[in-house]
Amino acid sequence: MQIRILVNDEAHELDIEPEVPLLWILRDELNLTGTKYGCGVSACGACTVHVAGKPTRSCTLPVAAAANKQITTIEGIGAGALTAVQEAWIEHQVPQCGYCQSGMIMAVSALLASNSTPSDEELSAAITNICRCGTYPRIRAAVRALAAGRGGSGR
Amino acid sequence: MITRRRLLIGGTTAAGALVVGYGFWSRDRLSRINSIAAKPNERFVSDWIKIADDDTIILVIPHCDMGTGIFTALSQMAAEELDADWRKIRAETAPADPLFANAALVEGYLLDQSHVTRDSMPIFLEGAAANASGRIARFMNVQTTGGSSAVNTTGVYGMRVAAAAARAMLIEAAAARIGAPVTAFHTEMSRVIHTPSGLSFSFGALAAAAGRYTPSSHPKLKSKGEYKLVGKAIPRLDIPDKVNGTARYGIDIQLPGMQYGAISISPTFGGKLVSLDEGPIARDPRVKKVVKLEDAIVVVADRFWRARKALDLLKPVFDPGENAHVSSLTLRDDQQAALKTGLIERDLTVGAGADALRSATVIERVYHVPYLAHAAMEPVNATALYTKEGKLEVWAGTQDGLGSRAYCAKIAGIHLQDVVFHLLPSGGSFGRRLPDLWNFLSYAVKTAIAVPGVPIKLVFTREQDMQHDFYRPSVTSRFRASLAHDGTPAVWVNDYTTIDGSNTEARILYDVPNQAYNTVKVASPVPIGPWRSVESSWHGYFVESFIDELAQLAHRDPVDYRRALLKGKPRHLATLELAADKAGWGMPLPPRWGRGIAMVECFGTIAAHVAEVEVTDDGTIRVHRVTSAADCGTAVNPDGFRAQIEGGIVFGLSAALYGEITIAHGAVAQQNFPDYPVVRLADCPAIDVHIHESDALLGGAGEPGTPPIAPALTNAIFAASGVRIRELPVSDGSGVIVRRIDAGEFKTTSALHTAIDTP
Repeated sequence: MQIRILVNDEAHELDIEPEVPLLWILRDELNLTGTKYGCGVSACGACTVHVAGKPTRSCTLPVAAAANKQITTIEGIGAGALTAVQEAWIEHQVPQCGYCQSGMIMAVSALLASNSTPSDEELSAAITNICRCGTYPRIRAAVRALAAGRGGSGR
Repeated sequence: MITRRRLLIGGTTAAGALVVGYGFWSRDRLSRINSIAAKPNERFVSDWIKIADDDTIILVIPHCDMGTGIFTALSQMAAEELDADWRKIRAETAPADPLFANAALVEGYLLDQSHVTRDSMPIFLEGAAANASGRIARFMNVQTTGGSSAVNTTGVYGMRVAAAAARAMLIEAAAARIGAPVTAFHTEMSRVIHTPSGLSFSFGALAAAAGRYTPSSHPKLKSKGEYKLVGKAIPRLDIPDKVNGTARYGIDIQLPGMQYGAISISPTFGGKLVSLDEGPIARDPRVKKVVKLEDAIVVVADRFWRARKALDLLKPVFDPGENAHVSSLTLRDDQQAALKTGLIERDLTVGAGADALRSATVIERVYHVPYLAHAAMEPVNATALYTKEGKLEVWAGTQDGLGSRAYCAKIAGIHLQDVVFHLLPSGGSFGRRLPDLWNFLSYAVKTAIAVPGVPIKLVFTREQDMQHDFYRPSVTSRFRASLAHDGTPAVWVNDYTTIDGSNTEARILYDVPNQAYNTVKVASPVPIGPWRSVESSWHGYFVESFIDELAQLAHRDPVDYRRALLKGKPRHLATLELAADKAGWGMPLPPRWGRGIAMVECFGTIAAHVAEVEVTDDGTIRVHRVTSAADCGTAVNPDGFRAQIEGGIVFGLSAALYGEITIAHGAVAQQNFPDYPVVRLADCPAIDVHIHESDALLGGAGEPGTPPIAPALTNAIFAASGVRIRELPVSDGSGVIVRRIDAGEFKTTSALHTAIDTP
């Protein structure tokens, strides 16, 4: 089936089974490997991307459901520069292995776009991604700094 | 992940072996390492240290990056001795080649061999015993990352020495260039400076000439007071690539013509493939091949998704073999029974041991921990190409590049020189990718051999990863004690189950005059492996729970009680007191809140945690705060050290609250994160880590944060509720939020305090 997807402002025409999860399209068709496979059942959030601005777990979203919608991945979020969230991640030295952090950054960026000053409770409710290295305290610190307007010097 | 103390080399002492591999340094060696690992504009000056024409210094690290920050810490140690400009430092992974085998790691083990036997030496050090004094690592496949050892072994005995030697060679080159004595030079910011004249040369300009000198095995090293980079919270080198999606892990490899493999392994441990009907996918043109292995099938297709979908249509028939009856409940019963009636083997006796128990007043408690999966975020995977000429190329994240290369050669039945192994960063590991746990490499190589000429990326689904792990073992431990008149323990007897022998980490820090440690072997077909902090992950919980129970029975404060047993151990005492002090130990808490403390030393580092926990009326447990103090001697990168302790706490908390792998009909019951829950942001406490600096030898960072959190948590639950949890996890196994404490068990906080406070 012909499917047109729009990833990081670039259009791609794919001849592909409509049920293939968006994750595997990004990774194996478009070589955008910053988006990670962690569980395949929407449980861990390592595959989080933005679909029409909304944080979405791409491992269970059929590509057909994302057709013609604006998709943003970690590779496209900064449009060449680091975002404030990414800068805060460096400032607070958040990542350890880093495998979950693309998904974390995408999820947090979407949250902050809709609520620029989340409370700890709102943060915990919105960000259910898993990090096995245990970077949560630094994620919390980075988001607090962003909410207070001192996350980083980026846009 | 084996404790350094366990290792030893055939009873011979290897003191004086601090030679860092220069025993076999030669001109030929330099040209060979340059040909393997230097680009045209780079050249090696000494082991692991390359300098480029533009003055960039590249540290070639004989370890894997699995997230612990060692590439940065090791680079700091090298840059310190080099007097390098930190802005021009880069780190890269050493090739999986014998020339980059980690002599320093081996010799670090050799140097610390207090009470070990040849039998307790891990496989990766076999061979060292035969040749304890020098040219060891070149003949051994050692590039292991584990045992929290990278910084305190590779860094201390290797990287630092190689860098100081390189600095001396750069000075020799400058001295020769202008005909001045070497004593007339100093180094600063990647330059060699002729002190009297101020004339200076960049490292890059001297590198080629410097490489012609022989590195000293005993170069002058800086003292702690001279450090400018070591001890600084320098931002990690790897983090920029980990926030923009460009970091490439094993699973991210893409090769021309690459195919993908999806695997289904016999669910029962030790099961064998009997038959497979390929009918359901026979007409699928995207499936290249179905590879039948002894205990698994692999579908190879042009995309991972298609391979996986095709695999789901197949119903391979496995013979479950002799383990079909095994269940974790029967295993636990076997352990309990063995402690009562099994063959007890003596490990160690101190004083009069168990003979000192006074039978009328013996306090006896039994604790139990379950199997645990590693569940690193990146599921295990490997990509392999077996050429039609019989050569093999493999790409994967493992905890030992050179060992992996040798293992792949063995699996393929070919020579080491016919295998190229590309070591890539791992998305977490926690022990999962250590030697002997390489089923993913084995399946990938066998699949590649079945489809020669095609690179195949074999990715375990999360379900396969969780069901075919090498698990943290399930252990049962029984304690018996008698108290002296002052309430302190006079006798400490610990009998515990084991699969492979005694555990030195069972031995207590505390000053108890009579001690006995005994083991009883209980066989199990469940594959086990090192899991972050290894033995200490269970003994830390057991010991720190029992000591807390004794404090309670003695009507003593848990901190005071431990303090009284740490005479002559100032580091331990100071670490304990720092944690208690920073946590506000003794300050009032709301009703049904409690604090618990626990302290464990492992991998050379002491960590004490105080957990602050609320147990609500319905038995829901909330961990609000964890305050930690840790002493690793000198923290090379204090922020990086704190991050490792934080991570160790969260990892251990996931296990303590929720972690449990159960076995039913010889197979793992859990499949994925929904039935193997872990801590997320919502249930992650605030964590404060305080570093206690001391003059002790450098300790590890990756593992020591994990062991004390489980007992700190359960001791806090006791303080809040009066409920003593002697079996992990705290949750009831339903995978919901928390264990529901039976209302009948629940004592009011005030009643509890009365019980504790009244002597």
